[in-house]
Amino acid sequence: MFYREAGDFKTSYADDSQTFPIAFDRYRYYAVLAVALGIIPFVITDYWASAILIPFLIYAIAAIGLNILTGYCGQVSLGTGGFMAVGAYTSYKLMTAFPGMDMVTVTLLSGAMTAMVGVMFGLPSLRIKGFYLAVATLAAQFFLVWLFNKVPWFYNYSASGQITAPERLLFGHAVTGPNAEAWVKYLFCLAFVFVLAWVARNLTRGAMGRQWMAIRDMDIAAEIIGVNPLRAKLSAFAVSSFYVGVAGALLFTVYLGAVEVGEAYGIQKSFLVLFMIIIGGLGSLFGSFAGAAFMVLLPVALKVLLVDTMGWDTALATHFQFVIVGGLIMFFLIVEPHGLARLWSLAKEKLRLWPFPH
Amino acid sequence: MPDQLIFAMEVTLNGLLNGVMYALVALGFVLIFKASGIFNYAQGVMALFAAMTLVGIQQGRVPFGHLINEIFGTDIHYFGWEVPALAAILLTALVMIGFAILAQRFVFRHLVGQEPIILFMATIGLAYFLEGVSDLMWGSEIRNLDVGLPQGINDSIDAVTFNLFGYGFFIDNLDITAAIVATVLVAGLIAFAQYTKQGRAMRAVADDHQAALSVGIKLNYVWVLVWSLAGIVALVAGIMWGSKSGVQFSLSLIALKALPVLMLGGFTSIPGAIIGGLIIGVGEALFEFAIGPMIGGATENWFAYVLALVFLVFRPQGLFGEKIIERV
Amino acid sequence: MKKLLTTVAAGAMLASPAFADLMFPDLSYRTGPFAAGGIPFSDGYQDYFTLLNQRDGGIGGVPVRVVECETAYNTERGVECYEATKGDGALVYQPLSTGITYQLIPRATADGIPLHTMGYGRTSAVNGEVFSHVFNYPANYWDAASVMINVLLDENGGSLSGKKITLLYHNSAYGREPIRTLETLAAQHGFTLNLLAVDSPGQEQGNQWLQIRRDRPDYVLFWGWGVMNQVAIQEAINIRYPLENFIGNWWAGADHDVASAGQAAAGYRALNMNRLGDMPVFAEIQQHVIDAGLAAGDGTNLGSVLYTRGMYAAMLAAEAARKAQEIHGVADITPAMMRDGMEALEMTNARMDALGMPGIGPEFAVSCGDHGGTGQAIMTQWNGTEWVTLTDFIAPDDSVTGPLVLEDSAAYAAEAGITPRNCNGS
Repeated sequence: MFYREAGDFKTSYADDSQTFPIAFDRYRYYAVLAVALGIIPFVITDYWASAILIPFLIYAIAAIGLNILTGYCGQVSLGTGGFMAVGAYTSYKLMTAFPGMDMVTVTLLSGAMTAMVGVMFGLPSLRIKGFYLAVATLAAQFFLVWLFNKVPWFYNYSASGQITAPERLLFGHAVTGPNAEAWVKYLFCLAFVFVLAWVARNLTRGAMGRQWMAIRDMDIAAEIIGVNPLRAKLSAFAVSSFYVGVAGALLFTVYLGAVEVGEAYGIQKSFLVLFMIIIGGLGSLFGSFAGAAFMVLLPVALKVLLVDTMGWDTALATHFQFVIVGGLIMFFLIVEPHGLARLWSLAKEKLRLWPFPH
Repeated sequence: MPDQLIFAMEVTLNGLLNGVMYALVALGFVLIFKASGIFNYAQGVMALFAAMTLVGIQQGRVPFGHLINEIFGTDIHYFGWEVPALAAILLTALVMIGFAILAQRFVFRHLVGQEPIILFMATIGLAYFLEGVSDLMWGSEIRNLDVGLPQGINDSIDAVTFNLFGYGFFIDNLDITAAIVATVLVAGLIAFAQYTKQGRAMRAVADDHQAALSVGIKLNYVWVLVWSLAGIVALVAGIMWGSKSGVQFSLSLIALKALPVLMLGGFTSIPGAIIGGLIIGVGEALFEFAIGPMIGGATENWFAYVLALVFLVFRPQGLFGEKIIERV
Repeated sequence: MKKLLTTVAAGAMLASPAFADLMFPDLSYRTGPFAAGGIPFSDGYQDYFTLLNQRDGGIGGVPVRVVECETAYNTERGVECYEATKGDGALVYQPLSTGITYQLIPRATADGIPLHTMGYGRTSAVNGEVFSHVFNYPANYWDAASVMINVLLDENGGSLSGKKITLLYHNSAYGREPIRTLETLAAQHGFTLNLLAVDSPGQEQGNQWLQIRRDRPDYVLFWGWGVMNQVAIQEAINIRYPLENFIGNWWAGADHDVASAGQAAAGYRALNMNRLGDMPVFAEIQQHVIDAGLAAGDGTNLGSVLYTRGMYAAMLAAEAARKAQEIHGVADITPAMMRDGMEALEMTNARMDALGMPGIGPEFAVSCGDHGGTGQAIMTQWNGTEWVTLTDFIAPDDSVTGPLVLEDSAAYAAEAGITPRNCNGS
């Protein structure tokens, strides 16, 4: 009813190429922002922040990052966990070496460091393709985790090799450490998500994004029409790793506060983020958010439903969780193979034409 | 002969046999990928499920016992009988065939012709699902798997090498058994593919779905066949790995050991899986032996991948993979 | 059905918090890679509290409520569990995971909830001046390393000089814990220490054991957990390493670790922080809990190594709660009171006898400055069918671990910006 172009006139090119060309969509977007910024920070509790919102926001960043590489540029990567670890350890070294550095700089520098490492491990992508590349990025995953585990310099020679984030302030409020309040951590992550998603949105529809997509669709054809595969692929690796590095740094500094590399950034993390973008939808920003929400929320929701509400035995409930998550993934695929994002856009398409479907 | 060289020989031999164990897991991947283009992430979980089922049948456990007890307030755990190992293996093979039929009927039949990444994702869903079902059926405690395979040092090799070099080599009987079983399995698979009608249909499908369909081969049937074979390979891998460590969750992670093998050998080649496995096994064992102590050890996990990565840079389709021909 | 009904009833109680109760969260893992160790521990932990409820009507007349939360040994789910239960009046957390422990140390301290990491977690938490809310009595990993060496010294007539000792460890924070202590001890006693790491999960150790076979160390000390234990023991049997010289720590000495090797594993030794074998309390648990259909698990784990340890952990928590009730004169205690109770906890043989667990642990007293207990441990041995206790409680060498604790806790305090409390003045 409200969701249609009719009567929504565009009078300039800028209007025409805006992110949300449909007025209703735009207002919905503002409404989401308003809730995220204006309401949630005032009502957020520790539980909601630590169990749901902060992991959701952080994984959304990681998913956007991986989606840039995999969804937009077509390079499947299973090194996400390792790259997140680079972000985390860079931020740890920065925080302990320069106690005065503010957290925004720390996080951005961690992203930059990860981008460099990402480019290095992206080099083989010029030769190796498809699943072979996916498995090749696993080399990065395992090597990086091993490295952070083995070289004591990375964890400041502590006896056990765990790293703990010290308390750092931003505008007088603790962002990291145990005394950071839920709303501060939430807003800090939200700011990163907002800016990074905005940048990603504009990167992917600009010249760079189009080059990535050309490479994804057919790299040889792209090369013939003048896309430099070296630059396109490596820039995708760099940008993607930057995002993933930021997510890894936030996961350590803001969310967990203390990590052990093998456990927090192991191979499961790489798979988790990959699952997010596949379930959400490859090559879609909305899909990154939807996938992150699906993978973060579903287990918690199922746990609340089965254990807290219905009083099931925790072991049984966890087993059922696996069955339900697996079943849902297969069900979604059979109904709509292109992920939640496609379901969403189909729904929008239907709404646009409603009530006249043809 | 200098000690280091003798040790290196021992390490190499053990590496070769480890490689066979990796190849066993990789084989299941190759079978399915070749015939249907599905990169089956669930292969490791299938090995876990098969081994769990085997132990469950052997010990006469009641499937879904925990669930039944929870719902009905009963207290049943065992049927009270024990099934001999061989019968249990056959029954488990039947279960794996049933699983293949169900997976094909309810999932993969609906996804024919989808992109590889989507099929890959469906197997992720399948892996989660199967892991949950496996836990519900048999619980998540560790189980001892004993089908009577020999284990421990092989004394005759120890004695022979001691007489030759003055240092007895350690070779695990279980590894030798695994090598024999793997050889028989591969020979059987190759014979099956070459000389039986079903095998030829399988190869035809692997070559070209459309053409196979047009000459009257039932795709569904072939895919069920392939998934059944992969299930049986998973069972064998589960038995071999489970005999050493007991059957528990970590068994599903052995899939990770198969990935570098696949890269090296190519996703579509059975001999590739074997040779890839051997190269990885020897490579990582020698690296850990020679370089490992200098850089702190525990290098096995990543070295296999780096080896495969370096290798791929020179040969992007793996050792025996089909040549990638790109057209615009 | 009975069990389901009681859990539903527990859920109903959750909805109406008018009843006074003592809430003990149980962050367990009954799934995932370490489920085999998590299940018996959690069964023992919960069954003991159920026993207290059924037999005594709770602690000091206040019923105990155990809220189980599944972590699958995953830190992120551990955080979720912590946040979900902390507002519910949780008195003490025992996560049974190094990763989750490190996570919770700053959080729980900030929230004022005590954390008890019995024989795991951060060793330097012994220093109560820095770690006000973290307790790791009765013993920790550095104590374990020192006790092992003390046992070996004893067996070798007081000298290990020239001996070769290999540490085979899980390549993680947990496995790395004893390295520094062992290095110090190696320098002191003149033995050579060789380190062998095994990557998680530890399904493959072929190369490490080939190396052990080549090096022929006099002893192999072992820091493993999960599948790594079964594989290591199997490999040791395979290479015919003399099993009595292969010594695990207390997380590598459970029934399921040796069960798959069975008779062949006879001789393998492991440390333990609590005594094993039959105790009067087991009969009571059987009668009041398992026969009544209230057991947390299926009841088959009763008396196993990790079940006993879980029960011991619950007993220490219950005793601390009792102490807190005594100190503050309130029956329905808060986490802050619980902390005071833990800090004033004193375990005596008389008390353990009274509880039906004679000599289950060493006698120890916790104080403001010392949160670690005495660090004593016993040596146990697998005889092929069961674990038998070889020794009485053996003391570690505090002169070695003491300075290391001070050094590590000072480093932590500096990094985290904590000003240590002064325990002498108060």
